[in-house]
Amino acid sequence: MTRPRIPLGSPLQLLLLACSFALAGYAGVRLLDGDWFGVALWFVGAALLHDLVLLPLYAGLDRALVKAAGRRRDRIGYVRVPAALSALLLLVWFPLISGRVAGRYASATGLSPDGFLARWLLLTAALFGGSALLFVLRLRRETKERPPAAH
Amino acid sequence: MRRAYVRGMARTPFSPSFWRSPLRGPWFTSVLGVVLLGGITVLFLTGLLSYAAYNPDLSPVNDKTPDKGILGFYLFSWPTDPHWLYRLDQGVHVTLGVTLIPVLLAKLWSVVPKLFTLPPARSLAHALERVSLLLLVGGALFEFVTGVLNVQLDYVFPGSFYPLHFYGAWVFFSAFVVHAVLKTPAALRNLRRLPEEQAESTSPDELVSADPAQPTVSRRGALGLVGGGSLLLFATTAGQNVDGPLRRTALLAPHGGAEPGTGPCGFQINKTAAYAGIDPAETGEEAWRLVVAGRTGTVRLSRLELTRLPLHSAALPIACVEGWSTSDQWWRGVRLRDLAALVGYEDPPDVLVESLQRHGAFRRAALRANQVADPRSLLALFVNGEDLTPDHGHPARVIVPAAPGVLNTKWVARLTFGEEL
Repeated sequence: MTRPRIPLGSPLQLLLLACSFALAGYAGVRLLDGDWFGVALWFVGAALLHDLVLLPLYAGLDRALVKAAGRRRDRIGYVRVPAALSALLLLVWFPLISGRVAGRYASATGLSPDGFLARWLLLTAALFGGSALLFVLRLRRETKERPPAAH
Repeated sequence: MRRAYVRGMARTPFSPSFWRSPLRGPWFTSVLGVVLLGGITVLFLTGLLSYAAYNPDLSPVNDKTPDKGILGFYLFSWPTDPHWLYRLDQGVHVTLGVTLIPVLLAKLWSVVPKLFTLPPARSLAHALERVSLLLLVGGALFEFVTGVLNVQLDYVFPGSFYPLHFYGAWVFFSAFVVHAVLKTPAALRNLRRLPEEQAESTSPDELVSADPAQPTVSRRGALGLVGGGSLLLFATTAGQNVDGPLRRTALLAPHGGAEPGTGPCGFQINKTAAYAGIDPAETGEEAWRLVVAGRTGTVRLSRLELTRLPLHSAALPIACVEGWSTSDQWWRGVRLRDLAALVGYEDPPDVLVESLQRHGAFRRAALRANQVADPRSLLALFVNGEDLTPDHGHPARVIVPAAPGVLNTKWVARLTFGEEL
């Protein structure tokens, strides 16, 4: 009786991966020196949080938007683009926009921590406003290009 | 019956028909992959340079990663020329990192169905590759998240930023290199094919949806959104590296917006005197003395005595590891090499600089002989024609060309030349 063989796959790939793991291990031991549990949690948690929470969340919101648009889905970009850009800015600069570091920020840098939320809101307004303007221009162009209705 | 079965399967991400976006495909992933290949390589190299700029091999006080071992193999004496070297390097590192965030997110989105591939492993090599992808994705997110939090002073990560970001970069990069070697040839092949050929290609690809939904945007349109996101982040971040009206374009970056003050000393501050715990009673003309120690003994100098030594000028920027910088400021003070000569060193040696500040990882910092010897390296007393303000290091601060901001020690109390640091 022969035991089922586990396929090895490409030998070159195996060699490269072994080399990579060895180097990652060398740095990883040093990375985990200290609060190893906290660091491992952040490292693995970042991947899980992204793949299982953030991505499904924005994909779900986008699907809901497409559904709500119904037959006008060709115009969905006018909402999707400014919403995505505004959300991106919020994601990247959340600590400053939310004010969660306001005290440390003000005392360390001598700068006012108050403007970030206002500036993000104004940028968001400009993004949606600009998109609305483009949408109106497109509507006008479409109306002009349409042949006059026969009476 | 069959229809119901297919629908039932479609509800779990392990079924190929769950993933319905018509955008996913080898061309889309390859474009993003090639951008990241270039971008992350630049991030890694500028990061390694930034690490070297601290001269961690010079003295334990500079070294936040004493167990680095072979990972410090490339370290060299950080030069003082060109004087904007650190400003450029770290400005590129942080600004490019922020700019690449939408590309990274889009890349991860484009390959997420692969996370749920069944069977979990086709071979040993495939199983190990998937483990390596955890290091790649976890590592990328770990590096971007710690970086983005650190520049906003949000120190919630589990430990000190320097070792986390440095060792994390090596873990990430070891997975990144093997991923790049394995995937780049196919990515370049995908890009060389014309889009029409892609459509006609009958070879199945696991990224292409088995049951694509009606498109609401073209692939080029989606790339345009990613590029637009990058452009928006770049445009609202890059300005924090110049003084004047351009700084105001950095609308959401930590050192964008208005300057902290007005007049000649109104430029950006890393840590204020109050934050660093400077007691005004210690910095007054009566109380403060600079202690200079060296081969021939110890000299104590009041600020007035310092101003009577030969004064020199240098136009140098402040450039912070957080990825912001100022334009060149006009500093005036005593050359570090003249202070070395005062305690018996005609040939300038290394120096240990100690600050009055109570907090901060670099309240003691070492400078290398080449930095001390540079005629532009000053113990500055004045900036832009005025006395230093408390927030810029009054009574005296170090300013060295091309050095990271924190090595330009403020509120200097003591300079120890030439000993074993």
